[in-house]
Amino acid sequence: MIEVEALTKRFVVREGRFRRTRRTVEAVAGISFRVERGELLGYLGPNGAGKSTTVKMLTGILVPTSGHVRVAGLEPSRQRIQLARRIGAMFGQRVQLWWDLPLLDSFELLRHIYRVPAERYRASLARFREVLELDPFLSTPVRQLSLGQRIRGELTAAMLHEPELLFLDEPTIGLDVVAKQRVREFLADANRERGVTVLLTTHDLGDIERLCSRLLVIDHGRLIWDGGIDDLRARYGGERTLIVDLEEPAPPLAVDGARVERVDGPRQWLRFRGSAAELTARVAARARLVDLQVAEPDIEEIVRRIYSEA
Amino acid sequence: MADALLLYRRLIAAQVRSQLQYRASFALDIAGTTLITFIDFLAILVIFHNVPSLGSWSVHEVAFLYATSCIAFAFTDLVIGHLDEFPQLIRQGSFDVLLVRPRGTLFQVIASDLALRRLGKALQGAVVLAYALGGLDVSWTPGRVAMLALMIPAGAIVYGSVWVAGACIAFWTTEGGEVTNAFTYGGNFLTQYPIDIYGRWARRLLAYVVPMAFVAYFPALYVLDKPDPLLLPRVLQFLSPLVAVVAAALAGLIWRAAVRRYRSAGG
Repeated sequence: MIEVEALTKRFVVREGRFRRTRRTVEAVAGISFRVERGELLGYLGPNGAGKSTTVKMLTGILVPTSGHVRVAGLEPSRQRIQLARRIGAMFGQRVQLWWDLPLLDSFELLRHIYRVPAERYRASLARFREVLELDPFLSTPVRQLSLGQRIRGELTAAMLHEPELLFLDEPTIGLDVVAKQRVREFLADANRERGVTVLLTTHDLGDIERLCSRLLVIDHGRLIWDGGIDDLRARYGGERTLIVDLEEPAPPLAVDGARVERVDGPRQWLRFRGSAAELTARVAARARLVDLQVAEPDIEEIVRRIYSEA
Repeated sequence: MADALLLYRRLIAAQVRSQLQYRASFALDIAGTTLITFIDFLAILVIFHNVPSLGSWSVHEVAFLYATSCIAFAFTDLVIGHLDEFPQLIRQGSFDVLLVRPRGTLFQVIASDLALRRLGKALQGAVVLAYALGGLDVSWTPGRVAMLALMIPAGAIVYGSVWVAGACIAFWTTEGGEVTNAFTYGGNFLTQYPIDIYGRWARRLLAYVVPMAFVAYFPALYVLDKPDPLLLPRVLQFLSPLVAVVAAALAGLIWRAAVRRYRSAGG
């Protein structure tokens, strides 16, 4: 579905107010990856790492400086219009709906912009109305919608023409827990039931953990990880954390095979590798335990570690 | 083409519906614009109250220039006046949204709004045109009628082309609005007076750099059957439609180059 080979984008930045100097910045520095039809993958990276530049090249907004890109068999920068019919895009904070018009009017206009036949439009709109529960605000002007309602509208707008491939930039940013959950379920469904390929750029690791099976991580314009989330955990997330509640506050416990990461009153956090049972026995030999739990490393922490190693 | 026109109608109809939701405010808007633009014309009347003519131009002849250029400008303003807000579109990155839709970008920008309240200016122009024609003794021939009918759309296209080309500055600076206004609003102001009252340099700029003179001055010489005070070739008086076509083509090319530049430099 997506083929990217040594893709590079350089920008010329002009600096200084009076004496202007030119500097070339490599926003994307020769990345390569492939995405198969039906994948749902996360694209992750700190601000300015080259995430949105990559997506702009994949959608035909930006012309690459060098390298090879194919999306749905097309060359995005040359075949922007043909590609636009087959992909959907939602850019988090950028409104694609008509601000002053009722939501339904926006959909109606998009139907004509994308030349969606009337029957297919009716059928897919009916589906979105049901799944995303749009009916209560379908005739409300977009500017009066809550963020959650607007995002549901934007998702519908991006998918009314039934794209094969969906680019989503921060689709859950600013949403409350319930709304986030609804959007995630919707995306998982679209991917599973309809086979839509989804590329998700996000800062929200919850999105990634719940939705994606594969993760691309970019930093300073280079891909520093391309693989499954479980592999990532296995490689970077070997250490787990044993959280113990002691009977009374104590100095950090000195036990073999673990180091204390944090102490908060009677509670201590121990990082360890290997068996939790053996470690628990060793801790119990030194202090009286009231309670304990084992925490798996979360993606957030793993990603922090990849960044610091890269 | 037919499909694009149909889509344009749909997009605009939706905008107009939403503008008409507030009928009272809309009516006030139109009335306000009509009145305010009349003040422009009052200024001309005040000048003629003090002097009998400007160069060889009588008050009714100047009113004719004023009215035709005013109506042409009003149509341009109506259809693409929102290009003034184009720099914001670029700055906020909303132009990218247009690039992921299967339609031309200029088309989408133009079809994004139609500010009906600007009809006030056209209304005012029509009233002044009636005043001008009432006071003039034009010997109407089919050619003159055709020229009057053509000069207004041709003028609107010339204004529109300058406007579009000017908006392209936003692709480079993201704040081209002010520079363009010097050409469009400024140009509109200049064409309301006969150009022979301006200096040589300004005249060249008008006739050649910004072909505004073709909006009203040259065709008016023909319609009013006036000898050209500047003694320029008579053929210029018939060139307005051609100038409009050339200007539109140039503006289209400039737009394409600007979008290409935006897509390779990333705004």
